[in-house]
Amino acid sequence: MNQQPVKVLLIGFGNPGRLDDGLGPALAAQVERLGLPGVTVESDYQLCLEDAEAVARHDVVIFADADASGADPFSFRPIEPARSLSFSTHSLRPEAVLDLARQLFGARTEGYILGIRGYAFNEYGESLTAQGRANLAAALAFIERVCRQGSFAQFAADVEKGVRSLLPERPEGCFAQKTPDPFLPRQDSSSGEAVVVASGT
Amino acid sequence: MVASLSNGMKKIVIEPVTRVEGHGKVTILLDEKQQVVQTRLHIVEFRGFERFIQGRPFWEVPVLVQRLCGICPVSHHLAAAKAMDRIVGGEKLTPTAEKIRRLMHYGQMFQSHALHFFHLCSPDLLFGFDADVAIRNVIGVAAKYPDLAVQGVMMRKYGQEVIKATAGKKIHGTGAIPGGVNKNLSVQERDVFLKDIDQMVVWSRGALKIAKDYTTQNLQKLAPFGSFDSNHMALVRGDGAMDLYDGNLRAIDAQGNRIFDQIDCQKYVDYIAEEVRPWSYMKFPFIKSLGPEGGWYRVGPLARINAVDFIDTPEAEAERKQFMAVTNGKPNNLTMAYHWARMIELLHAIEKIKALLNDRDLQGTDLVVKGERREEAVGMIEAPRGTLIHHYRVNKQDQVVMANLIVSTTHNNEPMNRAVQKVAKDYLSGVEITEGLLNHVEVAIRAYDPCLSCATHALGRMPLTVELLDHEGRVLDVKSRG
Repeated sequence: MNQQPVKVLLIGFGNPGRLDDGLGPALAAQVERLGLPGVTVESDYQLCLEDAEAVARHDVVIFADADASGADPFSFRPIEPARSLSFSTHSLRPEAVLDLARQLFGARTEGYILGIRGYAFNEYGESLTAQGRANLAAALAFIERVCRQGSFAQFAADVEKGVRSLLPERPEGCFAQKTPDPFLPRQDSSSGEAVVVASGT
Repeated sequence: MVASLSNGMKKIVIEPVTRVEGHGKVTILLDEKQQVVQTRLHIVEFRGFERFIQGRPFWEVPVLVQRLCGICPVSHHLAAAKAMDRIVGGEKLTPTAEKIRRLMHYGQMFQSHALHFFHLCSPDLLFGFDADVAIRNVIGVAAKYPDLAVQGVMMRKYGQEVIKATAGKKIHGTGAIPGGVNKNLSVQERDVFLKDIDQMVVWSRGALKIAKDYTTQNLQKLAPFGSFDSNHMALVRGDGAMDLYDGNLRAIDAQGNRIFDQIDCQKYVDYIAEEVRPWSYMKFPFIKSLGPEGGWYRVGPLARINAVDFIDTPEAEAERKQFMAVTNGKPNNLTMAYHWARMIELLHAIEKIKALLNDRDLQGTDLVVKGERREEAVGMIEAPRGTLIHHYRVNKQDQVVMANLIVSTTHNNEPMNRAVQKVAKDYLSGVEITEGLLNHVEVAIRAYDPCLSCATHALGRMPLTVELLDHEGRVLDVKSRG
C-alpha cells in the first residue's frame, strides 16, 4: 500500500525587529534552507485569516513562535482547534487558525506549537540574545529530526516528558552561520561584538 | 471593568479594545448620577521607530520600517521608498517601477480592507452591536455565514499573494528600493492572478453591497452614532481623482469647502502641526491655519471619498456617486459610513489591480532611476487607514539623522476620541452598563480601523499611567508602571 507523504506546514511568526520576538521567523528561515522534503515554510509577523486556508492544505502544521516564559530551550505540544475569544487584534491565535481551517475548509490538520524560549522582547533591535540563539539552534535540530521521522505526536509526547532527552549532542560551533542571516545580529567589525540596535531607557 | 471611586464617581475601563490592532484603552468617567463626564481613548502600545531608524543607511529604511506594524508593513515600505526616491533624485520612476509599486499598494489596500470588513467589522453588522460576545466575532461569522467567511479569507490571501509577488515576500519585502523596484512581474506570476481576478471583483461587489445596504437601511440609527462634523484630508491626483499611491494634499471642511488644495507633500509642515496633550502618548495633528481647536480632521476611506472629485475606475465611481447622493453631494460625516467608503475602495483597488495586470509595462526591465542627491525628503501615501507621512533627513555619509512619521491612526486621534465621547454620552449615561453597551464604544473606534501599534513614538519602556480626574480636572488617583 502506498502511503501519501505527510505534508507539513511550518509557520514561523513574530517581529524580527523586537529581538527574541524574531525567533519564529528566524527558525522559519533556517528550516527553509534545510529544504526538508514535504515541508512548506511560511513566515509572517502574526497569524491571520488566510493562514487557515494554507493550514487546510497540509496534514500537519507547526506554529513556531517565541515564548517569553515557556520551557527552556523550547516546548513542543499538540493543540486542538478552539473558538478562542482572546484574539483581540487583526491577528489570530494558533488554535483559532486551526478552528477556522476546520470550519471553513473541512480540514483535519494536526496542529502543534513550537515555543522557543526567548528572553528580550521589549526593546528594538534585529538581534537575538545569545541564549535565544542557542535555543533556536536546539529547536532547529529538533524540527529537522521530527520532520524527517514524521512521528509528530510521539515527539510531542516525548517532549512533554522531558525535552532535553530529545536533544542531540551539540557539535562544537553548531551555531556558526555560513551565510549572513538577516535575523541574526550584525557584527561590529572592530570588536566582533553583536550590535544591539536600540536600547530602552 | 467598573470601579467605584470614593467620591461617588465611577470609572469604566475597557482594556484592551478588542479587534483593533495594537493595544488601546478607553476610560470613561461617570459622576454620582451615572452621567458620562469624560471619555478618553488612550494609546498604550509603545513604538520608538523614529530613533530606531536614526544612524541607519537610508537604503535600509524601506525594509526596516516594515517592522512598525504587522498589519500594514507595505504602506510603510512604500512611503519610506518614496522618500528615498527623492533622496537619490529618482522620484520620477520608470513606468514599470511605478506600476509594480502601485500593484503592490493596491494589493495591500485590497487585503487590508477585506480583513477589516470580514474579520473585524462584519460581526457587528451581521449580529448587531450588542449581540452575544460569544458569537459576535469572526468565528461566529464562520459558523453562520461560512461562504462569506471563506470569501474574506480568499480575498485576504489574494492581496497577500500580490504583495508577495511584487515585494518579494510577505515579511521583509524588498521590492521597492530608492529610485525604483528590484523586480518586475513575470508573465507566469501575472497569469496566476488573472485566473482569479474576476472572482475577486464579484466578491468585492458583494462585500460592498453588504456595507451599502446595511448603511442605507439603518441610516436613521447610524446617523447620530458617534458622528460629528469634521474636516477631511487626503491625497488627490492633479485632476482631483482618487489616487491612493501618489498625489497632493487636499483638505475640506464639513461642508466640502476647500481649506487647502494641491499642496506639495514636501511642504506638509507648512500646513499640518501636531499638538501634544499630557494624557496621551499619541499626538493630535491639526491644520495650522485653523489651529488645534478647529483644525483637526479625519483621514482614511471616509475622508478620501469625501475629498476626491471622482474615482477613475468605473464601478467604484458609480458607487461613489451613490454614496455622495445620500448627503446631497456634501461630505458624509457619519462615522459608520467609513465601512461603506472602505468597501468602495475595496472595489476600486481590485479594479486597479485588474487594469494593472493587463498592462505589459509590468514585464518591463527598466527598473531604477537616479538623479541629483538630496538630503531631505518626504514620502506620502494613502495607506488603508489614511494618509501616511514619512519625513527623513540623510547626511552626506548616507545615514538617517532625522525621521518623523505621522501615521494614519495619529491623524484620526481627535476624531476617534470624539466618537468615543459621543457614543458614551448617548448610550452609557444613566443606564446599567452591559457588555453590549460597552461594545458600542468599540464599534465607533473600529469604524476607523485604527492600528494603534504604530501610532506612538516614545523611546524607552513606556510607563503606563492611569490618571483619574474628577469633573473639575482634579487628579483623584494615578497609577503607573514600567
